[in-house]
Formats: sequence, C-alpha cells, structure tokens
Amino acid sequence: MGQQTGQITFLLNGDPVIASDISPTTTLLDWLREGRGLKGTKEGCNEGDCGACTVMVTDAEGARAVNACILFLPQLHGKAVRTVEGIAGPDGALHPVQQAMVDLHGSQCGFCTPGFVVSMACAHLNGRTDHDDVLAGNLCRCTGYAPIVRAAEAAASEPVPDWMTEDLSKLGELAAPEGDMALPRSSDDLAQWYAAHPDATLVGGATDVGLWVTKALRDLKELAFLNGVADLKYVDIGEDAVEIGAVTSLTDVGAAMADLHPSFAEMIRRYGSTQVRNAATIGGNIANGSPIGDSPPALIALGATLHLRKGDARRSLPLEEFFIEYGKQDRAKGEFVEAVSFPRQPDRLRCYKLSKRFDQDISAVCGCFNITVEDGMVTAARIAFGGMAGTPKRAAAVEAAITGKPWTQDTVDAAADAWAQDYSPLSDMRASAAYRLETARNMLTRYFLEDTGAGATSVLEVSA
Amino acid sequence: MSVAKPLPHDTAHLHVTGAARYVDDIPVPATCLSLAFGLSAIARGRVLSMDLDPVRATPGVVAVLTAEDIPGANDVSPSIHDEPLLAEGEVFYLGQALFAVVAETHLAARKAARLAKVEYQELTPVLTVDEAMAAESYFEGGPVTWAIGDVETALSGAAHTIEGTLEMGGQEHFYLEGQAALALPQEGGDMLVHSSTQHPTEIQHKVAETLGVPMHAVRVETRRMGGGFGGKESQGNALACICAVAAAMTGRPCKMRYDRDDDMTITGKRHDFRIGYRVGFDDEGRIAGVDFTHYVRCGWSMDLSLPVADRAMLHSDNAYFLPACRIVSHRLKTNTQSATAYRGFGGPQGMLGIERVVDHVAHALGKDPLEVRRVNYYREMADVSGGSAPAPAAPPRDISGPKKQPELDGPDAHRDMASRGSAGAVDEAAGGVAPDPAGVQVTPYHMPVEDFILHEMTDALVESSDYHARRAAVAEWNAKNPVLKRGIAFAPVKFGISFTLTHLNQAGALVHVYQDGSIHMNHGGTEMGQGLFQKVAQVAAARFGVPLEMVKITATDTGKVPNTSATAASSGSDLNGMAVKIACDTIRDRMAEFLAGEHQAEAADVVFSDGQVTVGGASYSFAEAAQKCYAGRVGLSATGFYKTPKVNWDRAQGRGRPFFYFAYGAAVTEVVIDTLTGENRILRTDILHDVGASLNPALDVGQIEGGYVQGAGWLTTEELVWNDKGRLTTHAPSTYKIPACSDRPDVFNVALWDGANREESIYRSKAVGEPPFMLGISALMALSDAVASCGSDYPSLDAPATAERVLAAVNRVRA
Repeated sequence: MGQQTGQITFLLNGDPVIASDISPTTTLLDWLREGRGLKGTKEGCNEGDCGACTVMVTDAEGARAVNACILFLPQLHGKAVRTVEGIAGPDGALHPVQQAMVDLHGSQCGFCTPGFVVSMACAHLNGRTDHDDVLAGNLCRCTGYAPIVRAAEAAASEPVPDWMTEDLSKLGELAAPEGDMALPRSSDDLAQWYAAHPDATLVGGATDVGLWVTKALRDLKELAFLNGVADLKYVDIGEDAVEIGAVTSLTDVGAAMADLHPSFAEMIRRYGSTQVRNAATIGGNIANGSPIGDSPPALIALGATLHLRKGDARRSLPLEEFFIEYGKQDRAKGEFVEAVSFPRQPDRLRCYKLSKRFDQDISAVCGCFNITVEDGMVTAARIAFGGMAGTPKRAAAVEAAITGKPWTQDTVDAAADAWAQDYSPLSDMRASAAYRLETARNMLTRYFLEDTGAGATSVLEVSA
Repeated sequence: MSVAKPLPHDTAHLHVTGAARYVDDIPVPATCLSLAFGLSAIARGRVLSMDLDPVRATPGVVAVLTAEDIPGANDVSPSIHDEPLLAEGEVFYLGQALFAVVAETHLAARKAARLAKVEYQELTPVLTVDEAMAAESYFEGGPVTWAIGDVETALSGAAHTIEGTLEMGGQEHFYLEGQAALALPQEGGDMLVHSSTQHPTEIQHKVAETLGVPMHAVRVETRRMGGGFGGKESQGNALACICAVAAAMTGRPCKMRYDRDDDMTITGKRHDFRIGYRVGFDDEGRIAGVDFTHYVRCGWSMDLSLPVADRAMLHSDNAYFLPACRIVSHRLKTNTQSATAYRGFGGPQGMLGIERVVDHVAHALGKDPLEVRRVNYYREMADVSGGSAPAPAAPPRDISGPKKQPELDGPDAHRDMASRGSAGAVDEAAGGVAPDPAGVQVTPYHMPVEDFILHEMTDALVESSDYHARRAAVAEWNAKNPVLKRGIAFAPVKFGISFTLTHLNQAGALVHVYQDGSIHMNHGGTEMGQGLFQKVAQVAAARFGVPLEMVKITATDTGKVPNTSATAASSGSDLNGMAVKIACDTIRDRMAEFLAGEHQAEAADVVFSDGQVTVGGASYSFAEAAQKCYAGRVGLSATGFYKTPKVNWDRAQGRGRPFFYFAYGAAVTEVVIDTLTGENRILRTDILHDVGASLNPALDVGQIEGGYVQGAGWLTTEELVWNDKGRLTTHAPSTYKIPACSDRPDVFNVALWDGANREESIYRSKAVGEPPFMLGISALMALSDAVASCGSDYPSLDAPATAERVLAAVNRVRA
C-alpha cells in the first residue's frame, strides 16, 4: 500500500477521464464499479476466466476485447475503454448485437450478458465471424450458448454504429504519469529503468501478474508496465529466422504463425481465450516459467533461441536452457526477455494440446513434435512437452530412440519405454501421471499417423 | 392473449445494456461495509486458538466477528440446526467459516481474513464414500430402503442377471453471479436484506433467528439472481445472516460477496453418487427386477441431503416399469462441503443409475439400447383427463379449502418449515394412498403412471433425428476409422413435478390494479434467469386481457407475499402462475360484478380482452374500467393462494403420490471420441421435450438448450477434485471446466412436444426448469456407445467422462 500513481488518462465510453492517486494495481473492474459507479461490467471470477468483465480497449493497433478484472489502470494510459454502458448509442439506441441478443433470447440470468455483448460488439467491429473463438472466453451457465451464437450471426451483417468509433485525439498530449512505477516507451527505457530497479515486477499483459493481486492478494512494490514498449512488438519473418519481440501479444503471434506453422497457430487459438490472448505477451509467457506454458514447448521444438537483456548487456541461449527447474529460470535480476527467435524451416511442427475442455483451459499435456524424415529415415527430432515436468522440457531419450531409425510404427512403438526416462509427471486435478505418460506416448503415434496419411485423428476435425 | 407467445425475457433490454441490477450493483450509502469470512484450513479438527489481532490491525478493518458475537442462534442450516454460521471450536470441512471480517472495502476484508493465526488439533477426516462406509458415518443413523415386489425372487428367476457399479461426480453450480447479500439496518432494530437467493423466506427466517427477532422484523427482497440452479436455495443463508449481524452491530449497511474461489470452496455442490446395481432380465431385455444401492456423499451437514437422496430414489425407474425394485440409500456424512440442491435435486443421479442399467442390459444382449428402453417403458394410458385442450378459465376447485396449518409451537419452534430440509426434522403425516387404478402400472413408490407419453415421443424423435440410419452410418464410419470412433444414443426423461415435502406445494401472490389501469404484480417466486417473471406476467396480462406492458413485474419481497417456498423443484411457474391467476381473477370478478351492476348485465358476460372491458354493449379501456371501479369503491387489490392438488407422500414407507404429474423428454446425441487421448466432442443433439401447452415457447426452448448443455457438462468436463487433505483443488474456472461456447453440439435441434398437461396446471403448461437437464444423459450414453465400439467388454464408463476416463474405458474394453 502507499504506492500511488500519477494521472492515468484514457477515454471512457468516448470521454476523457483521469484516474489519479490510485494504487497502480487497481484493476479497471474495481475502478469502474467502485470508483465510477459503472456497475454494468461484472465480476464473475476475478481471474480472467469467465469474461463477465469484458471491455473493449482501443489504441492505434485497433480495438480488442480484454478482461477488466486483471487489467491494471496504468495499462490503459492513452487508450480508449468502452464498457457495456457505452455499447448502446448516446440516445439509447441498441447496438445490433444487443438488439439481436434481445430478439433471439441470448440472455437468461443476464449476469454474463454484458461481457458477451462487449465481446460480440468488438468482433462485430472487427468483422470477425468465428464466433466460437471470439466467445471462448465468455462463460454462460444458462443458455447453452446456442441463442448467443444465433444473435452473433444475425448481427453480423448490420453496419457498425458510428458511436463505436473512438477518437483518441480527444486525449490531447499525454504526459507519462509519475509515481512509483514506469511506463517505458522503448526497450532502452525499460533496460535502463529495470537495471536501476532490479526487484521490480514487469507487467506484460497482466494475465498472470493480475492474479497475484486479485487472488494471492500480494502488494507489488515497484512495477513497470510494458505495453507501451513499441519496439518490442514485432514478428520479424526473415529469410533465415523468425524473431518475435517480447511484448507481442499472443493474438499477434498466432496470426504470424498461421502460414509458417499452422499447428502452432491452432494451438494458440486454444491458448487462453480471445481476451487473454489480446493481453498476454509472448515474453510474459516465457519469463513466468510456467511448467506448462504452451508456447515454450512449441518454440523449443522449433529450436528457439531466447534473447535476454540487462542494461546494455545482451545474451542469447537455447530456450530450453532458460528453464532450470520449477520456479527457477536462468535470468539475472534486472534482466528481461527481449525477444525469441527460431530458424526458418520446413513445417514439420505439430502441437497437441490436451486439456479437459478444448477452449480456454490450461493444458494437462502439451506435446510439440518437430521430426524430420528423409528417405524414410528420421534424421532429426525435436520433441518438447509442457505439463510433464517442472518446466517445459525436451524428450531427449525419445528423440534419441527414433533418430536414425526408419519412420515406421515399429520405431514409434520401440520408443515407448524412452518416455518414462524423459518424464515423471505429477498427478493433479488436471490429469493423473499415468494418463499424462500414456497420452504423451500416444501423441507420437498421432504424429506418425498424421504424417503418413491415416486420415482424421483429431475430434476437432470431425463434423456431424 | 399474452400467454403462449415467445416473448423475450422481461429484462432482456436491461441485461444487454448492463442496467440490470444484481445485489452487488445496488447503490449503497458510502458508509457501507464489506465482509469476508476467515476459513478453516483443515477438514476436521478442533480450533485450539485463534489469534485475530493481526486481522483487527489491518487497515480498513472495522470489526472481527466470532461465534460469541451472534446475538441469536448461531445456525444457518435449512434442516436440523447442524450448521453453525461461525465455527464453535470444532471444524468439519476445509472452507468452513471461523470468523468474519467487517471492513471498509471488499479487498481489505479479504486481505485481513487471511491474517488470522489459527492453531488446530487435526483429526483424520472422513472424505470418501469408502471412508464414510467404514466409519458408519451416516445421516439418519443408517440407510433408507424402499422396495416394491420381491427383488430376490425376480433376480433368481430371471433368464439373465448382471451387476455393476457406476460412479458419478458432483457438480459446481457456477452461477455467474456469486453468492451475495446486503443488509440495511432500519429503525427500531428492523433489517432489510437484499439477497441473491432462491428462497427469500428462508433468508428471512434464518436472519430473524440469527438476530433473535421475530420474522416480522426482517424483510427480504430479491429482484434477480445471476443464476441459481439450486445453489442459492440454502447457500446464501450464511452471507445474509452475517451481514445482518454486522449491520445490527455497527448500525451501518453491510454487504458480502464471495470471491469465486471462496464461493467454490465454501458452498455445497451437487451430490456425487456411487450406484451399485444387480438386474435380472429376459431375452428381450425386459427387466424383471433391479436392486440398487445408492451411496450419497452428503458432506459435513445435513442441509437438503435427505430430500435430495429421496428424489434420487424416486427417479430410479425413470421411464421404465420395474416389477420388482429395491433401493437402498446410504446418506453419508463426510468432511467436505455440504452437498446441496442442484437442478434435478438427486433426480439426475437416480435416473443415470437406471439408464446405465438399461445400457448395460442392451450390451449384454447385443441389442440396440433403444429397443431395450422401449420394451421397458411404462404402458401408455388413454388421456381421460380432458386435458388435451387449453385450460378452462376457472381455477381448480380444490384450491379453496382451508389451509391446513402445521403445528408451530412444538418442541422445536424454530423448525424451518419452509425448507425442503425440514423433512429431516418433521414427521410427516402419511397421506392416504389411492388404490391403483386397473391397468395402470405403478412406480417403485406405488404412484400410478397415468400420463406416460414417451412411446409417441420416442417414435417422433427417432424419426426426426433419423436415428436408425445414423446408427448404421456410425457403425460403418467406425469400421473405417482406427483412431476416432463415433457413438450415438437415445435417452428418455420422465421427471416428477412437485416438492416431495407436500406442504411446500403452496404459493401466494399479491396483485394491485391502480386507478390508471396499470397493474402491479408480485408473487413468491424468484427470478434467476429462467424467465419466471415474464411467464407469470403473461398470465396476469391474459387474465385482465391487457397488453403485457400494463403489468409491472416487481421484486420478490417477503413483506408482500409471506411464507413462500423456494423457487425450486421446477415449480416456479406452476405454483406462482396459479397464485397470480387466482389473485387476478379475484380482482377481475369484483370489477365484472361492479360494472355489470352499472349496466344491468350479468357479471359472467363481462369480457376483458384486447385492452378493453366490454359490458352490456358498452366498451371501456381497461384504464377507464379501473377508474370506474375505483370511484365505485371496488377493492382493486387481492392476494392469491394456490396449493397443488392430489399430492401426498409417506416418506417413511416410500409410498404415495409425491408428484402432481410427470414432465417428459427425449434426446438423441452423437459424439466422437479419440482413442489415443480420450478427447471427445458432441457432434449433434436432437431433442423433443414436453412442456405441456407452453406459456412461452422461447423461454422454454431456452431452458431446454441450457439444461442439456449443463447436463452434458456434468457428465463430461466438469470434474471436482479433492486432495487427500479434503481440499477442493478445482475451486476456480481455471481448473473447473463448465462447457464453453464451442462445447455445445455442432448441430442442435430442439423441438417442443405438442400436447397439453393432462393435469389442471396453469394453462395446461408443464414445469421446465429441471427436466431438460437430464437430457444430457444421452451424451454419456453416446460416449459409452463409442467406447463400446472399440472392443467387446462393456465400457462401464463413469462420470464425468473426461478424456482421461474415456481413454481408460477404451483400454478396458480392448483388454
């Protein structure tokens, strides 16, 4: 406590507002509900999993849906926020998605409805019609979703109302807010500040750090909010390598992977939800050292290199070496992830995300396979898993067991015993150790069957 | 007429604009305080010491309450007073409230609540069914047994017998709005409570008890809940009571909402069950007898577990005639959350038991399970009720009898008569059981099944879903696909409608007609999203022949309608619709009589229609008519009271007619599974469901779609996991997975059965809240079918059928 921001300025439902003298970990949700009396945005879970608090945030990069419950106010400096109260027109006219929700019975208890309406309005604005993906982060317990999707479909052809346009120029010239926090504008700014404040917490999208505050109830002393570090938001697809800046959102990473490594993109489609991917950064996903991670095993399988920086000193290391053990990474105080890169290569990557629910669920097992076959022989293999150890980890024994062998079911079967050398997974609420090991093994079979043209092997490929 | 129209939810416009107010949205004075509970960190033991000084020292904390601070009864149980609001030395589950923090903000209260230093003497908790059985840890002292026929003779005489065991998990309600309450102190020690509750009278009763004041000193108001599903029948008591205690102590408004993790850790869920079965049958699969053993994990306190376990027994037949049946029900006391009401109230668990049996029988005989289901269906009876037409206008005759008041001044004057849990404390008078009419088959609890319509419904659904062709196509597809396998299954639902505690089948309403013709409508039912308020408003508008906009829907309020039953057991529109109808008709009859007198006409000839009142050749707008009646000194306010006819139930004997009627439904679900990981998905669902003559087809379809998805969620992805210390490890949506948008069936066809209720319900409609939930059973049966295609053994697939359980079953049948 005691830590205060200076003035945070943003547009709220079209009008400039200033939030001042608040804790930098004040969430947008609490500020809206308690500070502004705007009660339309709901708290359903306070951890970014239900979407009842969804708001639309617009900046130069466009409009996107995010969860207000794990969004800190300083992240909004210079942006526009639109809540459910700002989705209807100034004269009370309903937005097309609102009208469709009424007409097609998309609300029952109504508590999730504001979040759905904002997600739908945002997708409507962006012309998206992949409703299941757009709404994967909005839970409804009443309707079974069918009428909500009908409403989204019905509204899709209606024009975007003019009041949905944000005029960021209304904010005028923005001064960086003062206080015990930093809003660096460049990686150099960040490097300098972090070297001077090595105990600080770096906040990328706050999809993880947000929970430290809302669930662990931690007081965070020094904070830097990275979403303004423009020069770390990029995906550079070069001739020899692909490099991704640390502050790139998972949404943008997924889009960039669609052509290069579509299986990676498909896995990212199921990573968190639209709201989470819009906020979460690839740097945060790596730096927080989750044993599951999802993108780390994929990147390891691609042979990724991690680029770290402390002050003016930079170093690079193979990504798998960054993860030392559970909760421990090879990162010095004041050192931060600047980028991750991996070589351009023929697409042999397949990512298998196994979770209780397909969408917006943390993986029980996330297996990523990158196996090179030449003339019927396995010439190289990079296999990495999340959920099988205390860190994202390569399956070295399995790789060795198949490399140099003919690419056959016999080889796959012969590697069966190697899995237990690589992994001794835990049993937890997501899966038992035995199930994890068995499915990891079966994923290699799946890769083989897919590669050799056995037809559909994923239930997601089958339709009624 | 407004009835039967597919109108939107009454506050749909407020929902979509964010303007609908839930408890935590109600504007409060700046002096309002927030509460949070400090929770037990162990599942069973004694609190040796509790150092609350660090809690009190936290900035923003105004007070810390312990059991000694409660002025009245320290109890929030809806049944046998075994649920202390704040623990008194002993703790019975991990998550039990030890103390309450009263602070300036919600966050301050939550932070402070974690700072207590509590020393425990830990005792070994009783967590599982096996542990509870070994410890003989029972409610009611031992198992309850109901039977019909001679099961052992039936089994020994049967051509085939099989046995098995089915485990089914519980279910978190995951209402999107967590539990919440707001207490506003009034003058003279009175208390106004806003509660997110399905049972305002219960809240009123428990708050009064906690404060040690009469019920008249407490008024409870509930405009809406952000979902209930049974989870707000008794689980809101603690929040309302502690807020009232804090408000009385500080003189300031006090509110409390559980953070989601706290909500899931503290509150009860659906009961998980183990069901053992032995069944005897002939070559056609016709069941001769079945012997069920239910093991019900009730948790640490009784709550509503007895009627839940009863209803499971009452649905052990589902749609099937069981000539001999025995059900032994073990109600086990464990050191876990106190399992509570959840949509279906035990019915789904009992029904899943017999559906498993029928599926197993079909597998043993190598038959299509649909055929085995059909041969076991109850016999269809001719409709002799005259109920094929819309309801007559006159109210049922048997509503006017004097209300039989239960004895209140017995040894336990605080008995919670309005709770379903009071069955555990009250010896019910045995109702007379009518002899079975000739030719009618009876349920295992001796109730004649006279309204069975599933033969026709099955024919219709089998045809509309193209079941037979698709079943053949599934087999063909499976033969060609080594990794993925499809499965398809039909499952029927017959669900009994009424509270099994007979006296709860009553409802009240209060209707005012103002002199401008606008109408104020109030009743004892609560709105949790199901559209009850709209349905009942449609009834009111229809009775007065006015447009729906003339009817103002108002918040449920114990000061307007007293002694209400919970909005539960799917009874909301049946009971409250009828009560409102009676109130409206009382006013209408008075108006008609007055206006007829003015025009020398007969009251019976006065017509209320299209916003007009026509009498003796004259026609008035309803507003003019109201004004005339006011000027003529006609009372334009009336109460309505309704009690369900025909029901009676002898719980001790397991005999009687607990249900006014049955609601029916059937579903065909097709799934696909992955035999490498067990991952699975619903591809298509076809539903035909019976809502009688629908009061509002749009709202009814909404209940069916939503109920199915919730039911399928229970049986697939929704897994509750406790660790060996009794900690629920799935206490947030990050770990507990309700269906998401893409989990609904790709193809989802829902149709309403075209038929009226044979009983004289409100406009011959049928209850719809719970029955469609059990259509989700077809999803589990389809998964079982898909697994069965992998080998020759019976899959014995337990629920929830997570990917892990499906893969284990695949491995079993392949072994």
